[in-house]
This record gives sequence, C-alpha cells and structure tokens, in this order.
Amino acid sequence: MDLRFSSSEDAFRAEVRAWMDGNVPASPLPSGDTAEGFAAHLDWERQLFDAGWAAVSWPEEYGGRGATLWKWLIFEEEYWRAGAPNRVNQNGLFLLAPSIFAFGTDEQKARFLPKIAASEYLFCQGWSEPNAGSDLAGITSRAVRDDAAGGWRLTGQKTWTTRGAFCNWLFGLFRTDPDQERHRGLSYFLVPLDGEGVTVRPVGRLDGDDGFAEVFLEDVVVTDDLVLGEVDQGWRVAMSTTSSERGLSLRSPGRFMAAATQLTALYREQRDAVEAGLLDPGLRDAVVRAWMDADAYRLHTFRTVTRMTDGEELGAEASFMKLFWSELDVSLHETALGLLGPEAELDVDGWMKGYQFSLAGPIYAGTNEIQRNVVAERVLGLPR
Amino acid sequence: MRFAPTDDQIALADAVSDLLMRECPPDAVRGAWETPDGRVPGLWDRLVEMGVVGICAAEEHGGLGLSMLDLVGVLVETGRAAAPEPVVDVAAVAVPLLDDVGGELAGTWVPSLVSGEASAAVGLERGVGAGNAVVENAAAADVLLLGATGVSGDAEVHLVEAEAVTTTDRASVDGSRRLAEVDWEPTSATRIAGREALGVARDRGNVATAAVLVGLGAAMLERTVEYAKEREQFGKPIGSFQAVKHHLATAALGLEYARPVVDRGAYTLVYGGDTRRDSSIAMAYAAEAAHLAGRTALQVHGAIGYTVEYDLHLWMKRVWALESAWGDAAFHREQVARRVLDSSPGAQDWTDKEHA
Repeated sequence: MDLRFSSSEDAFRAEVRAWMDGNVPASPLPSGDTAEGFAAHLDWERQLFDAGWAAVSWPEEYGGRGATLWKWLIFEEEYWRAGAPNRVNQNGLFLLAPSIFAFGTDEQKARFLPKIAASEYLFCQGWSEPNAGSDLAGITSRAVRDDAAGGWRLTGQKTWTTRGAFCNWLFGLFRTDPDQERHRGLSYFLVPLDGEGVTVRPVGRLDGDDGFAEVFLEDVVVTDDLVLGEVDQGWRVAMSTTSSERGLSLRSPGRFMAAATQLTALYREQRDAVEAGLLDPGLRDAVVRAWMDADAYRLHTFRTVTRMTDGEELGAEASFMKLFWSELDVSLHETALGLLGPEAELDVDGWMKGYQFSLAGPIYAGTNEIQRNVVAERVLGLPR
Repeated sequence: MRFAPTDDQIALADAVSDLLMRECPPDAVRGAWETPDGRVPGLWDRLVEMGVVGICAAEEHGGLGLSMLDLVGVLVETGRAAAPEPVVDVAAVAVPLLDDVGGELAGTWVPSLVSGEASAAVGLERGVGAGNAVVENAAAADVLLLGATGVSGDAEVHLVEAEAVTTTDRASVDGSRRLAEVDWEPTSATRIAGREALGVARDRGNVATAAVLVGLGAAMLERTVEYAKEREQFGKPIGSFQAVKHHLATAALGLEYARPVVDRGAYTLVYGGDTRRDSSIAMAYAAEAAHLAGRTALQVHGAIGYTVEYDLHLWMKRVWALESAWGDAAFHREQVARRVLDSSPGAQDWTDKEHA
C-alpha cells in the first residue's frame, strides 16, 4: 500500500495549479444552464482545450494528454480546488466519450472525439422519455430502416434533456427492432439536432434555469455511421455510459473535497453563532461528517482506481459511488444552509442554488432507489 | 499510489479466515459465553502458531517484524468470525507499545506475549482520571497496561503485574467479554511511557477495533443476505422485496466506504501523518457501519433474529460493546472536528503531500 503520489504526479499537480491560478475567472460565470451562461462557459471550455486541459486522460491524437487515471484525479482535485467553472460539455467529454472509446469505429473516434474535446460538438443525453424514466428499457422512440436514405428515420420524444436547448448533438437510445422487447432491439444513435424534424423546447428547472429540454423527433434521418456499437445492441453501449455517469468520470472526488473545504470555511465564519445556540449546535457534527464523507469518497476512489489500473472493470460498484456522492452532496448543502440560517434564502454565495442542484443527484443517472436495487441484485446477489 | 493490500497480506488474512472457519464456528463463540475466561479453548495457541500475535512484534522478540498494514486484514477476519480472543489488545496494542518502549520491558514481555506464555490486558481508554478502569480480561491477565493521570499530572501509560491489582468482575452485554474493574495505584515505578505513547497506543486500538467492527458488520450482512435468499413469505424469497433490498444495500454501502477508511488508518500509523485524526475517522465510520449492519440484520431476520438460539446476537452484541469501548462515533468525530475545524484554515488541505 502506497498513498503517495510520484514526483511526476506532483509535478503534474504543480503545473495544473499554476495554470488554474493564472486562468480561472476571478468571479463566477453566470449559470451554465442559461443561454448567456452557457456561452460564457463555452468560452472557458475552449480556453481549456487550447491549453490542453479539456480531456487530460484522452490520447493526444484526440485532443488529450494521455494522462493516467491518477493524473486525471489530480487534475480534477486542482480544477475544483481552484474554483473553476462547471463543465457544460461534461455529457460529451465524460459520458459519451468513454463509450465511443469502447464501442466506436476508428472513423467515429476520429470524427467525434477531437470535436468533443474542442467543444464544437456539444452533446446532450437522450435517455428519458415521458413514459420511461427509471424504467429506461421501456422507451418507445423508434428508428425505422430507410435504405434509400442510407440509414434510419427517428421518431419519438426525449425529455429532461439537460442543456438540450444549447447543444447541437444528442446521444440516445431508439428501438430499431419492433419485434423485440425491453432492452433487446435497441440501438444507440448520435443525432445532430440541426436536422429536419427536430424540435427542442426548453423546460424551466427547479433552480430557475432553462437547464432542461424536451426533444421531439419526427422522421429525422440519421445515417448508418451515426450508430454507436452494433444495431440492436444499444443497451450494452448505454450501460457503459451510465456506468460512467454513476461512477468515476462524472463525479471525481475533487469536486466534493472542494465543497467540503468551503463548508469548513463557512463553519468558521458562523462558529460563534453555533456555539451561542443561535444556530443548531448539531451543525458542528454535520460539518465534520460532510468533510469525512468527502475524505472517504476520495479514499474509496483511490481503491477503485487501483483496481482499474490492475485491469478490473468498474461494474455494479458504480452504484455504490453514485449513492455515496449524491447523498453526500445533499447533506453537505443542507448543512451549509443550516449554517447560513435566515440568510440562506438570499443565496448570496450560491449555496441555495447548489442545494437545488444537489437535489437532482439522487434522481438523475438512475434514481437512488434503482441504484439500491442494482447493489442488492448485482453486488449482493439477491433475487430479482 | 497503490491503495490495495499486497498478495502476502491477502494470503495471511485468508489463512486466518480458514483457521477461524475451522476452529471458531458460531457454536464455539456461543460456547465461549460459558467458559471461565470467555475464550475458545485452544484458539489462541493456533493464532500464536500462525504468528498472528507477533505480526507487529520485532523479530528479535520472536515476532514477524511486520506492521498494522499486515494485521488489519487479519483483524477484519477475526471480526467476521466474532472470535472472542484479545487480538486487538495484545497483538495491535500491547505488543507494539512494549516494543516501542524497548529495553528490558520489551525483552521480558514481548517474547512471552508473542509465544502465548503470558497474557496482557489493556485499559487505555475507560476510567482514565476518574474511577476504576473497566478492562477486558483484566482478572486473567499476567500484565496490565493502563492509562492514567500519573504522578506527573499528565496522561501516562503504566504497566502493572497481576499481583498488584484487585479486580471486581463486571458483566458485559456480550457474554464472551470478561470485564473487570481494576483497583490499582499508579506510581513512578509503574510508569512506562508518557502522553505521546498513550496516544499512539489508543490510535492503534482504534484502527484495530475499527477493523474488527468492519468484519463483524460484513459477517452480519453476509448471513442476512443468505437468509433473505432462502426465507419465503407471500410465496417468494423476502430478498426479492424492494424494501428488504434497500435496507441491505444501505448497510452494504456503509461497509463499502468504511473499509478504505480503516485501511488508511493503518497506513497512517505505519507511514506517519495525523494518526489521531485518521484513526478516529476509521473508528467513527466502522462503528456506524457495523451498528447499521446489525440493526439491518435484525430487522430483516425478524423474530428469529430476536432469539438467543439463533447466532445473530453473538455478532450484534460484540458490536454494541466495541462500538464505544474506545470512545463512540460522536467522540471520534469530535476528535476530527478539532483538527479539521479548529485548526488554522488550510491545515487540512487534502493535496498536501503529508496528508495524501
């Protein structure tokens, strides 16, 4: 057991820290889930790309640095430590791209990965439908073969599509074999949103931003080269994407370490009020719990990355990670609101906004009830 | 960076697990409730033969010259088996403490502890500074290591031999624990180490007990999962019901995150860093995870789990004893709070090499 980073990793950390110190915007950008904020965040994404920080773990030929998972974790720690903006291109970078690496053809890798890294192709996720949320295999959007068009005609409706109103591509599941049921006969499509037959309607979200969208597709022609993985085998590809979403690539420890550090700073500011009984005396314990949970999440991630470095795959344990970080994120923000007391509703420093975002965590990427089913059935082996 | 046990460490833990499956089945644990010393007859000798008691002892004193990192996986297994043996007190606390003190004391006591000729009891936590210590195995021990505010007025470690103490038996909720109040007087002659050594010994006890708690919790979860697969109600295994699944998944989540924290506690003891902080984090996590595993196990078993004929209570009651024997989870979180919240800002920067 060795919990030290190597000198090369330490040097990498220093390089990231120096760049972040010199480049992270001094004041926070407007929310990336509004049209104005999205544009500002895109400028930042392109600044990251130009400096080679957009996708550090990817091979250089696709716009990355070929960094190890350890260096990627270090990058993330420094990124969040510096208070850098949220990644509005995260769906493409961290969810779709791992699936392209695993299932894409050489042509698809060459075409999509560099443009995702450069934030030219901005992907949103087309999983949920009005009648298929937790029950993803119940989707009814369909793809009908059209040989004359050299591909498929897509029809259906996707919903809760985060940043759908600002993106130019969608990845999602469509039924290609109407004679098969549930998770069989689905295919994974990459769909340009500027095509004929696509309508995107923004939907206001709990936190007040237009972060959601409904995407309507009517006879949208998509060519064969935009099917990721084999036709009718889309479920497998989708599961690799959800594993990324639940686990490591979407929510690295650095994000929660930074938030927990901010929470300890907030506690110091409010300590007198807590000790005087003006605020709940239990907040001290809640703060230290949040800090310990971020610490435990980091250590657990170190263990997971060690196993992945040894060649193991991240399977159903990704559900442990999703349960842990999403519940940590909610309790961390609830504790911050408690420390702010009556000032919380004024939301001067973003904790209320962050709280509202954290409340989505136990719902997206498969509700935490679904995650507990996955743990029970696939890790513990309980009957379905 | 490599956060995983070595192949040798895994092999050692597996060997101990095999031994305990043979020599310490639930019936043996149940039997220990009725034996005078609360132990499984002959089991300590087997552990001595395997070298478990001397894992952390210097080779010159008959030990293996290894460390807490080698012992921690073994302790998880002794917890899994609910082995009623003083592995924490002797192997994880007394032996390394005496080796640290060195000199004649170490030369006298460590070899005889490692060879099983002598027995030790450890009372570093309870009763310090107020009243008599309540110490496990105090009546049977040849030597006692006790924490006290000594003649210096500061916290110290004292070594007293059996004839210098008077013990009064106290019953534990866990019938295999033989507790006794120890009546004794610290003197300058009994003092063997100061505050710092006392702190390190407590930190070792915390990490070791946390490892045992993880094992106890894991065993209860495993047994309960098996039970939920077999037990049928409404014509189906109860493990197919979502309410039951969610209870068990939540218990599994706690244990999943407790183990890395416990391993890191051992790492810090060996390689340095804030041992009080990291051992307290280990204990706080393990105590809550094991407690929840017990609560879940009882609820999922239903009435059968509430009987003493069924084995579950053997594990559950051990957890109830150990989860506060070295300070409860809230006490340990407060230790962390003092370091994380009350020290100067930035002192707990995760990215510092020292804390990595």
